Amino acid sequence: MFQFENFDAFIAMGGHGPYVWAAYGLSLTIMAWLALAPLRRQRALLAELRQRLQAQRQRGQS
Amino acid sequence: MWQWFHKLGSPRWFYHISGKFLPWLALVSVVLIVTGVVWGLAFAPQDARQGNSFRIIYIHVPASFLALAGYYVMAAAGAVGMIWKMKLADMVMVAAAPLGAALTFIALFTGAVWGKPTWGTYWIWDARITSMLVLLFLYIGIIALSRSFSTRETSARACAILALVGTVNIPIIYKSVDWWYTLHQPATIKMTGAPSMHPDMFKPLLVMILGFYCFYALVLLLNTRTEILLRESRTTWVKELAEPK
Repeated sequence: MFQFENFDAFIAMGGHGPYVWAAYGLSLTIMAWLALAPLRRQRALLAELRQRLQAQRQRGQS
Repeated sequence: MWQWFHKLGSPRWFYHISGKFLPWLALVSVVLIVTGVVWGLAFAPQDARQGNSFRIIYIHVPASFLALAGYYVMAAAGAVGMIWKMKLADMVMVAAAPLGAALTFIALFTGAVWGKPTWGTYWIWDARITSMLVLLFLYIGIIALSRSFSTRETSARACAILALVGTVNIPIIYKSVDWWYTLHQPATIKMTGAPSMHPDMFKPLLVMILGFYCFYALVLLLNTRTEILLRESRTTWVKELAEPK
């Protein structure tokens, strides 16, 4: 059952709003970053490797 | 058995197999964590004494669990890498360090913002909290050490030794609330006996703990895969990944 009378009460958390939302907000942001950062890094690494291989081939041809 | 062990030690095989698990692991983690967060924030009953600040438990306890369990994962990987010279184990060790550091930070941060309305202070040098801070420094030490050597073998060895020595801190963290008089409350969940918590409050916590375990496995796999791409970039199979035919 929903524990709060309305949405404003939910945000206020009975006066503990800033603490609760700060804890959840920062933690979930860090966790999203933890999962997304390696994916971005992998894409960058593969792109870098692709460029290096292309550069090597061009040098080989000329 | 030995064939399996060798296969597991092959970065190429690991990269291939983990790629199949990743989407499922991601799906399960997101479903469990979203369910746990909504349940914990809006539907679990508030605590009679602490009011709504108690809802921070749904992040604080799972993050602390994985910060500690993650240290064992890192130290065990370091030991395997050192004893059997398994490269993949070294990569897992390096992958576990930043993840563990982030989870320890989350545990400390959520503890601080929970402490303010409950104890009246963000920080206190009590045994549990101080030993958790030592854990954070151990993780950061491993990250720094892994980047400060020019040869991979020396680096892996040094990190494994530091990780193994640091494991003495883990039982201290666990037992700190029993050994010393601390402000931090004793463990809510024990391996033996029923949890000292109402089932309506406990169920969302269980969902969050499971979610955090899946999330940990997910990020550990992702970080290990990054490490594999970095170290195996001269092999044909990684070149083929970069330039699919």
